Amino acid sequence: MQRIGVFVCHCGSNIAGTVDVKRVVEAIRTEPGVIHAEDYPYMCSEAGQQLIAKAIEEHKLTGIVVCSCSPRMHEATFRKAAANAGINSFMVEIANIREHCSWIHKDVEEGTEKAVILARAAIAKLNLDTPLQPGESRVVKRALVIGGGIAGIQSALDIADAGYEVDIVEKTPSIGGRMSQLDKTFPTLDCSACILTPKMVEAAAHEKINIYTYSEVEKVSGFVGDFKVDIRKKARYVDSTKCTGCGLCQEKCPSKKAPSEFNRGLNTRSAIYTPFAQAIPNVPVIDTENCLKFKTGKCGICQKICAAGAVDYEQQDEIITREYGAIVVATGFDTIKLDKYDEYAYSQSKDVVTSLELERIMNAAGPTKGHLERLSDGKAPKNIVFIQCVGSRCSDGRGKSYCSKICCMYTAKHAMLIRDKYPDTNVTVFYIDVRTPGKNFDEFYRRAVEDYHVNYVKGQVGKVMPQPDGSLLVQGVDLIDNKQIKMNADMVVLATAIEPDPSVRNIATMLTASIDTNNFLTESHAKLRPVESPTAGVFLSGVCQGPKDIPETVAQAGAAAVKAIGLLAKDKLTTNPCTAQADILLCNGCSTCANVCPYGAISYENIQINDHGIREERRVAVVNNALCQGCGACTVACPSGAMDLQGFSNRQILAEVDAICR
Amino acid sequence: MHANNQAEKIKEISGVNPYKCMKCGKCSASCPSYNEMDIKPHQFVSYVINDDVEALVESKSLWKCLSCFACVERCPRNVEPGKLVDAARQLVVRQRGMDYLQADEIPELLDSELPQQLLVSAFRKYKR
Ligand SMILES: Cc1cc2nc3c(=O)[nH]c(=O)nc-3n(C[C@H](O)[C@H](O)[C@H](O)COP(=O)(O)OP(=O)(O)OC[C@H]3O[C@@H](n4cnc5c(N)ncnc54)[C@H](O)[C@@H]3O)c2cc1C
Ligand code: SF4
Ligand code: SF4
Ligand code: SF4
Ligand code: SF4
Repeated sequence: MQRIGVFVCHCGSNIAGTVDVKRVVEAIRTEPGVIHAEDYPYMCSEAGQQLIAKAIEEHKLTGIVVCSCSPRMHEATFRKAAANAGINSFMVEIANIREHCSWIHKDVEEGTEKAVILARAAIAKLNLDTPLQPGESRVVKRALVIGGGIAGIQSALDIADAGYEVDIVEKTPSIGGRMSQLDKTFPTLDCSACILTPKMVEAAAHEKINIYTYSEVEKVSGFVGDFKVDIRKKARYVDSTKCTGCGLCQEKCPSKKAPSEFNRGLNTRSAIYTPFAQAIPNVPVIDTENCLKFKTGKCGICQKICAAGAVDYEQQDEIITREYGAIVVATGFDTIKLDKYDEYAYSQSKDVVTSLELERIMNAAGPTKGHLERLSDGKAPKNIVFIQCVGSRCSDGRGKSYCSKICCMYTAKHAMLIRDKYPDTNVTVFYIDVRTPGKNFDEFYRRAVEDYHVNYVKGQVGKVMPQPDGSLLVQGVDLIDNKQIKMNADMVVLATAIEPDPSVRNIATMLTASIDTNNFLTESHAKLRPVESPTAGVFLSGVCQGPKDIPETVAQAGAAAVKAIGLLAKDKLTTNPCTAQADILLCNGCSTCANVCPYGAISYENIQINDHGIREERRVAVVNNALCQGCGACTVACPSGAMDLQGFSNRQILAEVDAICR
Repeated sequence: MHANNQAEKIKEISGVNPYKCMKCGKCSASCPSYNEMDIKPHQFVSYVINDDVEALVESKSLWKCLSCFACVERCPRNVEPGKLVDAARQLVVRQRGMDYLQADEIPELLDSELPQQLLVSAFRKYKR
């Protein structure tokens, strides 16, 4: 028989406001096993913990129930306190009478009744608890960073600088991400490539960093400290060890009609290509969909002219399997598709562009060599209209309900840069709100208005109508003057909403990391653990977690790196003992459990069994305790009731249900 | 009290939740009748929120709205302001002692100012 102590916390008025804690104490005194019960204003305080320790000693308790906040908050605190007082830390049960009770009830009668029931259930479970010992698992001293944008690069550099090996897996042929596509960057207007390339070079040259470009994560198994990852290195058809990066192949390639991904399809590239001049690595890839050799079997020019003999049409995809202690996800974003926003005529006119396309148009290495011109006829635009919030803040199912956060600032940037370089150009910005919080950010926007005379109009654009003369008729509203505006523009720029890179869904599934309804990766705690995924050992860096600009991305990348380093610095991790176990006398080896286990923790063995005197060989399930995360899926799936979770046995759960229904 | 009832009625008839409006003005930017209106489409919403239905009912806008539903289509918050105008119109019709528009009553109601679309719209939504 257990000797149980029950400790009911007031949590100031958080609990005591809607739960009569004194009545809870009196109500559970007579429960089976309960030797001692008391209440206290703050159980988690030093004094509260001492009170628990004293009671354990005085009453020779074998287990305790703490009726308090969610176990996510203080289970660890009370387990430690119990262990310090000499009882096994798994002989501690938490009855959550705050989040599950006081916070959601208004009526004291109801709140108190429910608190008593929750306490009873916890006591019933504790009566069947047995002491458990956590095990240990190893920590592989290497990190994986998925995504080689500025977030991934920064996280990799910080982890590598701390002395740990890092692999970056980037799906495109070069690292750099979206930042490599930007022209100038707010709020200081420095050239994006000028500040990004040194970081790319540093990462490539770092002895602890290993970069797999044109590669994708294909499979992830294992768990915190000990992940095993398959990386598919796609065939480049160019041998990186031989290629000198001379670029001759790209010049001579006769197939030059493929849309350039880097320039957002605004111009074309050759079938063998490096996405941009500063690409790292500076080794081209052959896009087999456009290569004549792959399409028709004829050509082979690049192989013939390559002096280094690097072109190899026989190259195959390669699967590399590596082990990692920590994984940083930095998969970034893309702009949304605009097919649901026909009113802006994006698909009807080449002169309606997204802001990211404008970055390429303004960039010296872009499709117009940096000259601001209309893509339809090459003429310099005299009137430009910017439309903010395109697809952002839309709860109508066409776009995204959130604010994309960066577009107010980059629109001010674009407007200012244009007014600066082309003072004859009129610039109008239609906005709903101008959102520019941040250091020197509002000043930046005000400069656009006060110094550069950008015409900011509070209101939206209803539609953009391409005219026979090639101009664009913009119909909008000025809500301050309460006037509908019809104006002619030569170019319309859409501040298009951003969304997580679509591949993140697949990555999240492989990592068992959660994502929200918008596909942004979810953090473990919105305020207190913003760079950690709820999945242990997985950290979040950059826009894959939520919209942010470069300074915020870099700050978060550093934070994610620190968390990863904190993990890699450990020699061993203690493992959760609440894992599944099969009763070999009940198991019939049907394989149902292995099919439902999300962690691949279950395998089968043929073993000799003595079943009531009958000796025979049987196939039974064996759980790998290091892999099992204690999710319990197998225990419900097992048709013979052979699977049980330590610390959450079927008997215990039924005892809780009985206590609740009593 | 009276005004409040009217606003509630408009919300009920239209099924519109005016509180979803973020005052972006896209409705007014889309409206082909904007210049004819004294109360602009984005203002319909705040008039209902502020219980100022009287003004709405007496406004020119009520009879200038074409029921083209451009605003309903394009509103990023699914507020559907055009439905508020429709509902206000229906209130007027009801005040004249008729719950639903009947086809044989149209000649009587018809005035030359009234856009055809309005009638079409009235049938589209209120006739079962
Ligand atoms: C038009 C525009 C203008 C901007 N201007 C500015 C500005 O002036 N100043 C500023 O501070 N910010 C600006 N930004 C914001 C800036 O671009 C972002 O803050 C920054 O790029 C975020 O970096 P990231 O690494 O998180 O994401 P990304 O730059 O998107 O990088 C993600 C990387 O991960 C790779 N990847 C994705 N999925 C996978 C996968 N499954 N496997 C492997 N690799 C993968 C991608 O190929 C990419 O290389 C602007 C954004 C836009 C759209
Ligand atoms: S073989 Fe393919 S990539 Fe090489 S030059 Fe010919 S078309 Fe271009
Ligand atoms: S940052 Fe500005 S333009 Fe972008 S969605 Fe938010 S409010 Fe709209
Ligand atoms: S378009 Fe919708 S959200 Fe915008 S002002 Fe009109 S009703 Fe409000
Ligand atoms: S439905 Fe009426 S208010 Fe709405 S856009 Fe059409 S005419 Fe304007």
